Amino acid sequence: MSPTPKIRLRGLQKTFGSKRVLDGVDLDVRAGHSMVLLGGSGSGKSVTIKCILGLITPDAGLIEIDGQDVSKLSRRDREALRDRTGMLFQNGALFDSLPVWENVCFKLLAQKRITRAAARDKAAEVLALVGLAASVGDLSPSELSGGMQKRVALARAVASEPDIIFFDEPTTGLDPIMGAVIDGLIVDCVQRLGATAFSITHDMASARRIGDDAAMIHKGRIIWTGGAASLGETGNAMVDQFARGEREGPIQMELRR
Amino acid sequence: MTRSLDFLAFLGRALIACCRLLGDVAIFAATGVGHLLRPPFQFRQFTRHFIEIAYFSLPVVALTALFTGMVLALQSFTGFSRFNAESAIASVVVLSVTRELGPVLAALMVAGRIGAAMAAEIGTMRVTDQIDALTTLSTDPMKYLVAPRLLAATLAMPLLVIVADILGVLGGFLIGTVKLGFVAQTYLDNTFDVLEVMDVVSGLVKAAVFGFVIALMGSWCGYHSRGGAEGVGQATTRAVVASSILILALDYVITEAFFSR
Repeated sequence: MSPTPKIRLRGLQKTFGSKRVLDGVDLDVRAGHSMVLLGGSGSGKSVTIKCILGLITPDAGLIEIDGQDVSKLSRRDREALRDRTGMLFQNGALFDSLPVWENVCFKLLAQKRITRAAARDKAAEVLALVGLAASVGDLSPSELSGGMQKRVALARAVASEPDIIFFDEPTTGLDPIMGAVIDGLIVDCVQRLGATAFSITHDMASARRIGDDAAMIHKGRIIWTGGAASLGETGNAMVDQFARGEREGPIQMELRR
Repeated sequence: MTRSLDFLAFLGRALIACCRLLGDVAIFAATGVGHLLRPPFQFRQFTRHFIEIAYFSLPVVALTALFTGMVLALQSFTGFSRFNAESAIASVVVLSVTRELGPVLAALMVAGRIGAAMAAEIGTMRVTDQIDALTTLSTDPMKYLVAPRLLAATLAMPLLVIVADILGVLGGFLIGTVKLGFVAQTYLDNTFDVLEVMDVVSGLVKAAVFGFVIALMGSWCGYHSRGGAEGVGQATTRAVVASSILILALDYVITEAFFSR
């Protein structure tokens, strides 16, 4: 008997107006592994992750975490589940009104797991893990470069030592070297915590670096799952076209005329 | 016949949309107030917004009240002198300022300054995923963003109106004594003879209600903004317009409740 997946999606559906974004998503994410969900713009990647996080309520379907149907969780259990998760947003989503150290330790302070005095030291410790000096803690997010903001957002995502971490296009907007640096930090942080990672991206190099498993979503459905290492040679024409970035193939870009 | 049915359908749709909007705003307000009654309390956020509203709005409210009192005295003099009723100026100034002009003008100034800022800040947080980030960081956005603003504005506005009342009366006093030649003691006697506790209390009640409305509309419009910078701009405009109209409409309702015989 196979072990219970950390995250299990079955028949997930979501429609916005007349547009069906998720059309029956089925996906398993193994505990302690890193899953990368690939897909083009508007394919439903971000909506999938927001449904799992409870930021969007799906129209139909099942979301299980550790075998528990999240739609049936009490408010307290749902809050407890959120306490065990971390999220790195595509644009960082750092709070402009707070200094970096308060951003990093926001969850720990909100849960009163740490005093404000201790939070500065904790922030310095976590910032060091993502390669930033303690002095960065006193800066405002607006004073940081894009790469540094991503690192701070990663530090915030892992500071509470969650056991599930979500990454929404972690390398978007970064140069290739900084993208590789962020990927390396993600792998280090996830391995150090022994966490389960769920990333969405359309950056193939990033997907191969951070993923153990991969899946591809197209028009709201999962069309392929397999090893991240096999991307580009999967035998699935759609996935291979996407992985190689080829213009010609079964996936045709929808153009409005 | 078809045209009149279309018109009725249009009216019906507009009415339903209006009722839905009112219901949504009421639920939003009730949720925000509900968070004020349940721990944990966001003292740090409350303090930040209270200082922003009460302290940093002081100059604009003070200047508005001072000049309003001065203009009121001057206009009253030019008007009342036609009926030999110049002695009523002090009474007119103090009653107008404490009952109406103090709370209403202070609220309109604060709506432009604070309501817009609230909508812009929360709206920017919405379109940059910061509100979603709060949720993933185990923090209820309503508790963190909305509830402290509602409380801070509701408590800060009466303090601002007390200052506006004092400076409005002072403005009238300065014009009355320096320019119009009233004896200072006579002007003050006329002022305090006519002033009743209910005049000030009604103004402070108005101020608290207006403060709540400003924070509610600023938070509501920001929280529901969509579509990037343009959406945030529209939210800011909507917040100021909606709170200004509500201030003037509620001013009538509260006046009716206090002074209608």
